[in-house]
Amino acid sequence: MSKALLYDATMCIGCKQCEGACAQQNKLPYDDKVAAESIQSAHKYTVVLTKDDKFMRRLCMHCEKPACASVCPVGAFHKTKEGPVVYDVWKCIGCRYCMVACAFAQPKYEWQSLNPRVRKCIMCPDRVVAGKQTACAEICPTGATKFGERDDLIKEAQDRIRQNPSTYLPRIYGLNEVGGTSVFILSGVKVEEYGYPASAKIGDTPIPEYTGRVMERIPDFIPVWTLVLGGIYWVSHRREEVAAAEADEKNGSAR
Amino acid sequence: MKFKLTFWKVIFLVIMGLGMYSTFIRYFYGLGAVSNMTDQFPWGLWIGFDCLCGVMLAAGGFCIVGAVYLFNVERLHSVVRPAVLTAFLGYLLFIVGLLFDLGRPWYIWHQLIYMNPHSVMFEVGMCVMAYTTVLFFEFLPNVFERFNLQAPIKWIKKIYPVLIIAGILLSTLHQSSLGSLYLIMPSKLHPFWYTPALPFLFFGSAIAVGLAMTIFESTQSAKAFGRHLELPVLVELGGALLVALWVNALLRFEDYFHRGLLGQIIKPSYEAYFLWLELALAFVIPITMLSFKKVRLSPGGLYLASVFTVLGFITNRLNIALIGFETYVGHHYLPKWTEFSVTLMIIAMGFVLFGLAVKYLPIFPEERHALSQRLRTETAPVVATPVLGHAGD
Repeated sequence: MSKALLYDATMCIGCKQCEGACAQQNKLPYDDKVAAESIQSAHKYTVVLTKDDKFMRRLCMHCEKPACASVCPVGAFHKTKEGPVVYDVWKCIGCRYCMVACAFAQPKYEWQSLNPRVRKCIMCPDRVVAGKQTACAEICPTGATKFGERDDLIKEAQDRIRQNPSTYLPRIYGLNEVGGTSVFILSGVKVEEYGYPASAKIGDTPIPEYTGRVMERIPDFIPVWTLVLGGIYWVSHRREEVAAAEADEKNGSAR
Repeated sequence: MKFKLTFWKVIFLVIMGLGMYSTFIRYFYGLGAVSNMTDQFPWGLWIGFDCLCGVMLAAGGFCIVGAVYLFNVERLHSVVRPAVLTAFLGYLLFIVGLLFDLGRPWYIWHQLIYMNPHSVMFEVGMCVMAYTTVLFFEFLPNVFERFNLQAPIKWIKKIYPVLIIAGILLSTLHQSSLGSLYLIMPSKLHPFWYTPALPFLFFGSAIAVGLAMTIFESTQSAKAFGRHLELPVLVELGGALLVALWVNALLRFEDYFHRGLLGQIIKPSYEAYFLWLELALAFVIPITMLSFKKVRLSPGGLYLASVFTVLGFITNRLNIALIGFETYVGHHYLPKWTEFSVTLMIIAMGFVLFGLAVKYLPIFPEERHALSQRLRTETAPVVATPVLGHAGD
């Protein structure tokens, strides 16, 4: 069964322990300076944002149909059956198509490196496969970030909204966006205020479908177009051959 | 061998010098140091110009080869070789540009072993690789003729139909797929440029620019190498260009009409200014010019119209690659001078390689004639020396 994360912004106290645990898990530097950075980057996969007295976490959404995996020419990204979208640095050639394709702008780049890698939250795949929670969910003191079965978390999120309709906006961000993700956001305020793309803007269509519609035609297009081109060639050159043969014939009969 | 320092040679050396400096920065300090690309703007000038525009500017090869060999338009035969040469150089330089832009260019061969058939980038990569090989074979007869090797010319003539059809098939695929690359970003690319019709628009613009580039390079090399200009050929190309521009303009209009954007594109806005610039350069000016018979029959007029067309479609592709993302990102992207200098270096290399090829290979008809005469009168081993004696003049 596929796993997922549920982040409930109303329960978040902004302690940023998830940031620290994430850095430790992924062997990234983490100190007061990094903690103060309010943007995601190659050395900060997740960030807790503060606005007024409210908090919001950002991380890779681990789409059910990930754009990064579909656009990568060498297949460096793939969606595991457990849920995480993982990255194979060995395959990567550094074209950065994943970065432009991601609707959530999650993949970040090591711009200063001479052998740069794409960096993003990979949902602790080793821990998940071993049956453990992600590092961020494990350390969260309030349960704002919760790890579990995707289906169970959807039910739980729906229950929370039903039980406290005044606390939450009536939507689970990530349930339908770009065809569904493996990270769900519950919040009392609009997630768009924290830089998440608007649902209306990204839509419910899985992003890979936009290019898939064209790509799936290509296996048919190649033989058909080859035949058309070959046909044109044959016709336009046949005319020449016939003319030459007729000329030969005339010459022959004249002699 | 005398080396005369002319104005253009100085310019060339300056461009190469700055380019080499930027190359050093690129490979010893990384992409972050050499460019203004960021996590918000992961694709910059090198994708926008070197790749998107580079492949478009090299489209003359398949347009002219298609016209002459597929449709048997014999009248255009004299521009086949320069067009194939431009295409071959264009694709080689596109690959050079890619080696700058890719973060890990030393793994570019992974493309051949880790294939992802769902990726448009994969398709473009494979097509470009295959088409560059096809162009190499289409270009080879120049070299064989130069050294008077008759046997291999015969072999190539035998496989020529296959080369032609493969070349046009591959061009159709990747010229349109360059547009498909952007289909994945409906929420990021500005609606003026994001349209499901992108693959069609890219293919259409490749044909228009292919024709315009053939006019441009024929005129340019006539000036530079003191060749006689074949006006009937240019007039023919100019007529075809006018048709291609009309088809492109109609496609664009249809697209805006069906998506209900006609009202928006005439309202002033940041994006609209760039769109107007693009539409004026690519359509309004060259179509108006070419509609006058006087212009269509004059070398100067044809040259100017083709320059406008090329500039217009370059603007179009830069709008798609750069301007179209600025509203989404929320700030502007201006390439660093080192990015410009790498691009300029690649363009300069293109001009010089074209010049060298024209000088030493039978690219243009008269040269071919003169060369074959020379080849006939002299014995083969001696041939190379007198020709190379003029090197660097």
